[in-house]
Amino acid sequence: MSSQPSHEGFPWKHVIGFVLSILLTVMALWLVFSLQLPVSTEIVSILVLAVFQVLIQLLLFMHLTERDGPAYHVISLIFGAFIAFTIVGGSIWIMAFRSMVS
Amino acid sequence: MAVNMESLHEPISSSLPLEYQGDGNLKIFGFWVFLAAEVVLFSTLFAVYLVFHGNVAGGPTSQQLFDIRGFTIETFLLLTSSFTMGLGTYEMRRQNTKGVLAWVLITVLLGLGFLGMEISEFAHYVSIGANISRSAFLSAFFVLVGTHGSHVTLGILWILSILVQVMRKGITPKTARKLFVVGLYWHFLDVVWVFIFTVVYLTGKVM
Repeated sequence: MSSQPSHEGFPWKHVIGFVLSILLTVMALWLVFSLQLPVSTEIVSILVLAVFQVLIQLLLFMHLTERDGPAYHVISLIFGAFIAFTIVGGSIWIMAFRSMVS
Repeated sequence: MAVNMESLHEPISSSLPLEYQGDGNLKIFGFWVFLAAEVVLFSTLFAVYLVFHGNVAGGPTSQQLFDIRGFTIETFLLLTSSFTMGLGTYEMRRQNTKGVLAWVLITVLLGLGFLGMEISEFAHYVSIGANISRSAFLSAFFVLVGTHGSHVTLGILWILSILVQVMRKGITPKTARKLFVVGLYWHFLDVVWVFIFTVVYLTGKVM
């Protein structure tokens, strides 16, 4: 049982997660301020880095995969993300359309 | 050890850590559902910000306003605090009360550092006339980033109250569950900040 006291071991998972999160942040800063890329390429790249950053938090720090029975919490998160994507994507889409026709 | 013997009598979750024992499992699931709702809340604020980003009404633009050094330090402070909170949970699962107190206290200090930087950032903007009523862009900016900041403030108070309980009662199934849940909340605030860093600050510097 993993809740039993053990005094050996090293929190590798957390240290790897931390190093990766710092690396991803530095990469995002470098992409934006050191490379001369087209703006759309820059934005898509840093969004991809942000998604990896979130996966690190969820998998390495938040113990997303721990569960007893079906992964209902993952389903609720996916549903939340779907609504969020619809709200943000839909807002940008409709406002871009509005500024195009006006 | 006494705590572990007790938890062995629980019919469910015996293969999972202490905080899942009894109804902890259900409460942790409930907190994940709350976080999913928070995702939706922040998405509406992001949508408003993105739509109004260009509506500066002759006032300062995001490119003129944002300070790279400032938001980079804020990001590193929050990322590090998320890591130390994770170490707090790790020590909790090793039944190391002192380790929990130390790492969680460091988390609080890093969180306070983040908050201090954000407050001075906001105060600076207001002092140069870039206040919440200056333009639609600034209204949306202050509401989005301020909502995150108020979550961090609440998180610090919440963490401190759980710390007092851990100091008094040690690591029991109940305090372990509370600490795990506040940890989830703290990591979630880091997730939201990653998007503020990416969508508001970095993007605001290039367009």
